[in-house]
Amino acid sequence: MRRTVVTGVGVVAPGGVTRKAFWSRLTDGRTATRRISLFDPAPFRSQVAAECDFDAAEAGLSAKDTRRCDRYVQFALAAAAEAIAESGLEFDEELLDRTGVVLGSAVGGTTALENEYIVVSDTGREWLVDPAYASPFLYQALVPSSLAADVAVRYGTHGPVQVVSTGCTSGIDAIGYAHQLVQDGDADVVITGAAESPLSPVTAASFDAIKATTPDNDDPEHASRPFDRDRTGFVLGEGGAVLVLEELEHARRRGAPIYCEVTGYAARSNGFHMTGLRPDGIEMSVAIDDAMRQARLDPQDVSYICAHGSGTRQNDRHETAAFKRSLGEHAYRVPISSIKSMIGHSLGAIGALEMAACALAIKDNVAPPTANWANRDPECDLDYTPNTARELPIDVALSVGSGFGGFQSAMIFQRLGAVA
Amino acid sequence: MTAVITGIGVVAPSGRTTGEHWATVCAGESRVGPITLFDPSRYRTRTAGEVKDFDVMGDVDGRLLVQTDRWTWMGFDAAAKALADARLDLSAVDPYDFAVVQASSSGGNHFGQGELQKLWSKPDRRVGVYQSIAWFYAATTGQLSIRHQAKGPSNVLVSESAGGLDCLQHAARLVSRGTPIVLTGGLEAPLSPYALTCQLASGRLSPVDEYRPFDAAASGYVPGEGGAVFVVEDLEHARARGVPVIYAEIAGWGSTHDGTHAGAPSARQYGRAMKLALDRAATRADEVDVVIPDALGIPAYDRAEAEAIKDVFGSVAVTTHKSLTGRMYQGGAALDAVTAVLAMRNNTVPVSTGVSEPADGCELDFVPSTTESAVDNVLIGARGFDGYNSSVVLRRVA
Repeated sequence: MRRTVVTGVGVVAPGGVTRKAFWSRLTDGRTATRRISLFDPAPFRSQVAAECDFDAAEAGLSAKDTRRCDRYVQFALAAAAEAIAESGLEFDEELLDRTGVVLGSAVGGTTALENEYIVVSDTGREWLVDPAYASPFLYQALVPSSLAADVAVRYGTHGPVQVVSTGCTSGIDAIGYAHQLVQDGDADVVITGAAESPLSPVTAASFDAIKATTPDNDDPEHASRPFDRDRTGFVLGEGGAVLVLEELEHARRRGAPIYCEVTGYAARSNGFHMTGLRPDGIEMSVAIDDAMRQARLDPQDVSYICAHGSGTRQNDRHETAAFKRSLGEHAYRVPISSIKSMIGHSLGAIGALEMAACALAIKDNVAPPTANWANRDPECDLDYTPNTARELPIDVALSVGSGFGGFQSAMIFQRLGAVA
Repeated sequence: MTAVITGIGVVAPSGRTTGEHWATVCAGESRVGPITLFDPSRYRTRTAGEVKDFDVMGDVDGRLLVQTDRWTWMGFDAAAKALADARLDLSAVDPYDFAVVQASSSGGNHFGQGELQKLWSKPDRRVGVYQSIAWFYAATTGQLSIRHQAKGPSNVLVSESAGGLDCLQHAARLVSRGTPIVLTGGLEAPLSPYALTCQLASGRLSPVDEYRPFDAAASGYVPGEGGAVFVVEDLEHARARGVPVIYAEIAGWGSTHDGTHAGAPSARQYGRAMKLALDRAATRADEVDVVIPDALGIPAYDRAEAEAIKDVFGSVAVTTHKSLTGRMYQGGAALDAVTAVLAMRNNTVPVSTGVSEPADGCELDFVPSTTESAVDNVLIGARGFDGYNSSVVLRRVA
C-alpha cells in the first residue's frame, strides 16, 4: 500500500493568519473570539464569533482574485500558497498531471449568496428575484466546486479535483479523500484541506433557531468553553487550512520536509438524527477503532487527541463517551484538547485546521490546550489539557469530527517511523 | 474487489422509472418545456426539463417533507426505488456495511431561498429551525443515511456536473475498501428563481432556450432537474444474496482538471481522464461499444470533447440525450449511467439527439437511430464547472 505523508501546512485562522501565527496563538492558549464585526450582530441571539483579520493583498491575492473569489476561497488560496511554499514542491508538466486538489466546505458561498440575495430580491421584497442585478460570479456562490477549481487553476494542476461537503466533518473527510487518492495511485501529491467563511446573518439566524450557538455575549473572549460544566453552545468561526499530502517515496526522493504520516482515516454515520447525538458515542467510536486498526495502533499508542469539542452540551458528552469506548483506561491518561475554545467552530474548515494543529503538535511535541476550562463536568471527566499547552512526546495524534447529518470522522497523524 | 450496480432509481424529466426513461431516450422524445415551477417571464431562460407531477406525499412522512427541500424529496423517491430494485433487505444488512454517497451542486436551494426571503423581508432577522439541515449540500445524504440506517463511510461530492460520475467512482473506492453496499448517485433541483438567477450569471444558459450540443447552432444549454440513485455493491456480496439483476460493473474511472478557468477547455486533459478510465478497466478503446459524452452545448467545449473522443477512440458510436431533459448538473451524468446500463441490458443503442448539423470539429459518429446491437462496454464523460473532467467505464458482468 502506498503511504501518505504531510509535507506542507498553510493556515488562515482567527487571530492568526499564517501557520506560525496560528500555532503561537494556540500554544499560548489565547482566544480569538470576539463580538462579531463582519455584520451587525445586534438582532441575533448569539453575537460572538472568531473572525479572521485577513488582508487579501497581504496574502498575495490580486484585485481580480478578490472580486472573483468569495472570502472562503481566498482563505484556501492563501493557505495553499503557504503550504506549497513550505513543501518546496516544484511543479513540472509530469508532476502537474499527478497533483490533485481536494478541499472541503460545509456551506460554500453562503455569505455571497446572502449578500447578493439582498440586492436581487430588493431586501426580500421580490420572490422572483431580479437577474439584472446579479454579480457575474454568482454561479460560483451557488456551486462551491469553484473552491477546489480556483486552487487547481492557480497552480495549473491536472490531477483529480474534488470538493467534499459533509457538513462539519468536511475538513477531515476532504483530507481523507485526498489520502485515498494517494493510496490508490490516482495522485502523487494532493493539495488538500478546507475553508469556510460562514459569518453572515443567515448563518447566525440558522444556529440561533436551534440554539446551537452560545448566547453568552457579555464576555466574548471566554464564550467558547468546550468540556466545561458551564458550556452553553459553540462559537462560530471562519478560516481555512491546507496541507500538502504526498506519497512517501515521492517526498523522500526530493528530500521534502516531512511532518508526519497519515496512517488512519475512517468515517461513519450515526443514522440517528440530523442534529441530535446519542450520548453513547458509538458511531464515532467505531470510526476511531477503524482508523486505529488501519494504523495498527493500540490505545496506549495515542499521544494526543485533538477533539471535536464544540462546546455544545450534547457534543462534548458524546465525544467523551466515544474516547472511553475506543481507548478504555487510556482515555483517562491521554491529553485531549479542543482548539475551538480559541478559534471557534468554522464548520467545514475546522477539521482541516485541527489536522494542521495535529501536524504541528507532532513536529513540536506540544499539545495545545483547551482554553476557558474552569469547572469539571461529571460527564466530561477526562484530561482536556486545561488552559495551558503541554510539552510531551507526541508521536501519534488522533483527531475526530462530528457534524450535522450524523457524520462522524476520525483521522490519525503519526510521526514517520514512530510506533511499530 | 469488483463494484457492480444492482439497483437503479430514476427521477428525471425523461421518466420516474427506468422503463419510462428508456422509452423516452429510445424514442428521442424531448421532455424540455416551459418552466411551470414558478413564473419565469422575468428571466431570459423560460424553458427547462422539469420532473412533472412529482409528489412524494404518502411515501414520506409529512413532517419530514416540511424539513427538507424538493431536491431531498427526489432523494427519498429515487433511493427507495433503487433499494427496491436491488431487492435489498436492509434488516439483514449490518448498518456499518452500508454507506450513502450523493453528489450535489446546488443543495436545498429552493428551501434556502424561502428562508433568505423570510430573513430579509421582516425586521426580526429570523429563519426557521430546519434551515440549518435543509439547505446545505449534505442534507440529502444525511437524511438518506437516517432513513435507511446507513452507518458506513458516507460522503458528499460537489464537482458540479462531473459529480454524477464521481459518485460512482467513490462508491467503487468504498467497495474496494470493504464497504459492500453504497447508495450512490447524483440529484439536482436547480429550478428556484434564485438558483436560476445564479445559473444565468454563469453565461452558460442558451439565450434562445435551445440545448443543441455539438450542433452548428449550439448556444449553451437549458437547465433540468432530477437524476438517479444507484445501489452499488461488491460483486461477491451481490452474488451471495442472489441479487436478481447485476446491471454492470464500474470497471474504470479517471478524473483530471483543465488547470484553467472556464472558457479554455483542455481536450488533452479530458482525453487523459478517458484514457485513465480505460486503463483502470483494462479495456482497449476499440472494445468500447458506445460513448455517452458530457455534451455541454457550448461550442468551445463541444469541440474539445469531440477532439478528446477522436483522439482516444478514433471512431466510436456516440449518443447523447441531455437535450431531451436539459442539463441536470450532478443528475445528468448519473442519468447517463442509467442509459448506459439499460443499453447493455437491452442490447440496444438509443438514438443520439440534439444534433442536426454538426459544428466544425464536432463530426462524431452520432447514433442516427435506435439500433439493436451488442453493448458490453460504455464510456461516459462528464465535466464540471470549472475545469473538472471525469470519465467512467461501465462493463457488462459475464
